[in-house]
Amino acid sequence: MTVLPTFRQRAAEALADQRLRLAILDATTQRDAKRRAAWRDLPDVQALRLLARQIKDHTLDNLDHYLNQFIDNLRRLGVEIHLASSADDANAAVVAIARQFHCTDAVKAKSMLTEETHLNRALLDAGINVVETDLGEFLLQLDDDRPSHLTCPAVHKDLDACAETFARKLDVPFVADPHALVAIARKTMRDKFRSATLAITGVNCAVAESGTIVLVMNEGNGRFCTLAPRVHVAMMGLEKIVPSLADAAVMLKLLGRSATAQRLTVDTHFITGPRRDGELDGASHMHVVIVDAGRSDILAGTHRHVLRCIRCAACLNICPVYRSVGGHAYGGVYPGPIGKLLTPLLAGAPDAETLPHASTLCGACYEACPVMIDIPQLLIEMRRDQAARRRGPRWKPRLIRWAMWLARSPRRFVLTQRIVRRLLRPRSADEWISRAPPPLAGWTRAQRDLPAPPPKSFRQLWKEGRI
Amino acid sequence: MQAGLFITCLTDTFYPRVGAAMVAVLRHFGCEVRFPSQQTCCGQPAYNNGLPTDAAPLVEKLARIFQHDRYVVSPSASCNAMIKLHGAELFDPGSESRRLVDILADKLHDFTGFLTDVLDVDLTRCAPALPAQRVTWHYSCHCRGIIPFETAFERIRRLIGSRFVPLPRADQCCGFGGAFAAEFEQISDAMLEDKLSCLRQTGADLLICDEAGCRMNIEGGLHRRKHPLTVVHTAELIAEALGLPLPEIP
Repeated sequence: MTVLPTFRQRAAEALADQRLRLAILDATTQRDAKRRAAWRDLPDVQALRLLARQIKDHTLDNLDHYLNQFIDNLRRLGVEIHLASSADDANAAVVAIARQFHCTDAVKAKSMLTEETHLNRALLDAGINVVETDLGEFLLQLDDDRPSHLTCPAVHKDLDACAETFARKLDVPFVADPHALVAIARKTMRDKFRSATLAITGVNCAVAESGTIVLVMNEGNGRFCTLAPRVHVAMMGLEKIVPSLADAAVMLKLLGRSATAQRLTVDTHFITGPRRDGELDGASHMHVVIVDAGRSDILAGTHRHVLRCIRCAACLNICPVYRSVGGHAYGGVYPGPIGKLLTPLLAGAPDAETLPHASTLCGACYEACPVMIDIPQLLIEMRRDQAARRRGPRWKPRLIRWAMWLARSPRRFVLTQRIVRRLLRPRSADEWISRAPPPLAGWTRAQRDLPAPPPKSFRQLWKEGRI
Repeated sequence: MQAGLFITCLTDTFYPRVGAAMVAVLRHFGCEVRFPSQQTCCGQPAYNNGLPTDAAPLVEKLARIFQHDRYVVSPSASCNAMIKLHGAELFDPGSESRRLVDILADKLHDFTGFLTDVLDVDLTRCAPALPAQRVTWHYSCHCRGIIPFETAFERIRRLIGSRFVPLPRADQCCGFGGAFAAEFEQISDAMLEDKLSCLRQTGADLLICDEAGCRMNIEGGLHRRKHPLTVVHTAELIAEALGLPLPEIP
C-alpha cells in the first residue's frame, strides 16, 4: 500500500471518499457517545482520571526503579527478557526467538507496537509465517492494508468491503453477513492456532511488583494465542509499566470504558510467568521484549506526557479532524490527535512535521483522554520546537510574527485595520466576499464566504461618540 | 460598577455591532463601561503557533492597559482563554508583568458570565421577546477550561427558555481554528459541513454564537449555501429583546 507524500494530499484523498467519511463519522460518533455514557457510569470519573495520571507520572518519574523491579520478577518467574533499544533490535529479538525454537508459523494478537516496528515484515523476511488473529487485523493482513484506528483497525472498511476481501483472498463465496464472516475467519484461524508454535502479543500493562503482564482482548483469540503455542513472546514499550496490580486495576477501569465502553473487556489476561509443572496449558517458554525505540528520548524531553497514553483511542473518536479524514491520512502507525504527537516523535511518516499543525486546538481530545494528556498544549509545544529549529511551515510563522509586530502599536494596528478593509471591501457584494485574496484565499476555497469588514470599526464608532 | 471593555481584534474589525450591543446591555444593567483605545490583540495567534515570545508583549500590554479597571469584559472565549490559561506562563514568576497578567486573568469575564456572576442579572428576564421561533446555540471550543459546557448550556437554557433547541454535537469544533481555516481549508470545510448539517437538524431560525472566529466560519458557510439562519452574539440577542437602541452601523 503506497502512502502519498504529503498530509494534505492524503487528507484530500480521504475527503473525496464519501463512503469512507460516512463510515468514519458514524463509527466515531457512536463510540464517543458510548464512551461518555460509560464514564458517567463511574461514581467520579474525574477523580479516577487524576489518579490514573498520577500513577502514570509517578511511574515515568521512577521508571528505572520499576523497570528493574519488573525485570527481576520476570527472571524469578523464568521469563526471558530482551531489551531492545530500537525497532530493528526488537524485531531481531523476535526473529531470533523463533529461530531458537524452530518456529515457522506464528499467531499474533493485535499490538500497535508491533505495527510501529513493522514486525510482520521482519518475520516474513526471515521466512516465518505470521497470522493476525484479531478479526480487524486479520482482514487488513489479507488485504495488505494498514490499521486506521487504534482499537478498531478496519473502521475504514464497511461490511461489503470486508466480504469482498474474504471472497477474494480466502476463496469463499461473497456473503455480506457479519456472522458468516466471523465463522469463516474462525475456521481459518483455528487451523493456524493448531499448527502455530509461536504466539506474539502486545502488553497493555506490565506490573512491576509481580512480573505480571496484562492483556485485554475481546475476541477470544488472545486466549488461544497465550494457551496453545509452546512459545509466547510479548512485546511492550517501556512506558507500559505500572507499579502494582492495584494500579493496573485503575488503568483497566479506564481503558475498557474509554476504548469500547466496557467495564472490562471480554478476556482480560493476567499472565505471570510461563506454564508451571502440573499446569495443563500456557506457553512453556515465555519471552518479554521491552522496547525503547525513542521512548527514553521522549521521556527526557518536553513531550514526556505522551508516554501516559494507554492507546484507548478515545481522542480519535471525539476528534473532528479524525472524523473528517480517518486514520490513513495521518500517514503513520498512530492516527488521530495522539498520533499527531506520536508519529513525529516515534514512528515517523512522510510529512510528519505537518501533523501538529493540522489541529484547531479545540481541546476535545484532552477532555476525552482518560490519563489527561493535554494534547493541544503538547501540539503547541511541538509547533514551538519546530519554530525554534526552523522546521515545519515556512510562511505561517513569518506572517504571524509580522502581524504581532503590527499589533504591538495601536497606531500600526489601526492602519492595518484600514488596509484590510480597503483590500476586502471592494471585493464584496452584499457585505460578503466569495473570493478572498492571499493569505485568506484558502478561506473562500472552502464552501464558505468571508464577511467584509464594516466601513467602521468598533473603535472608530466609540471615538465618534456613537456608542 | 465599572468595567473595561476588551473588544478583541476580530470583533473590533468585523463585528462592531456586537461591541455596541455589549455596551448597551452593560449600561442597561447599571455598569459604566470604559474602552481604552490602546488595546489591540491578545497574542493568541502567536502563542498557538509556537511563538510565545511574540505573544508576550501583547499580553503584557493588555495587562497594563486594564490595570486600573475593577473588571474586564470581553465578547470572546478564546481571547479570554489566552489570557486566563496561558498568559501567566509567558512571564517569570515574581515579575511585575506576571503580577499584572495574573490580576487581569482574575478579573477578566466573558459577557454572559459577567452578567450572571458579577452583575447578578437573572437571565430568564433578559429576553422577554425573542426574534425567533427556534433558537439554537454553538459552544465555542475555547470555552473549555474557562466555562464548562454544562454551565454555558444552562445559561442559554435560562436565557432562551422553551424556544431553545439544543444543537447535536454542540461541543464539536466548527472547523475555524484561526490559521487552520485557511491552512487546511479542505478539512476545515468538512468540519464546517458537519456543523451545518447538525444546525439543519435543529430546524432553528436563530443561532447564538459568541465567538467571532466560529461566527465568521459558520455564517460564511451558511451564506455560501444561501441557508437562511441568522447568527447573533448573546449581547445582540439581549439588546434586541430588551429593545435597547443600537447605533446604525454605517
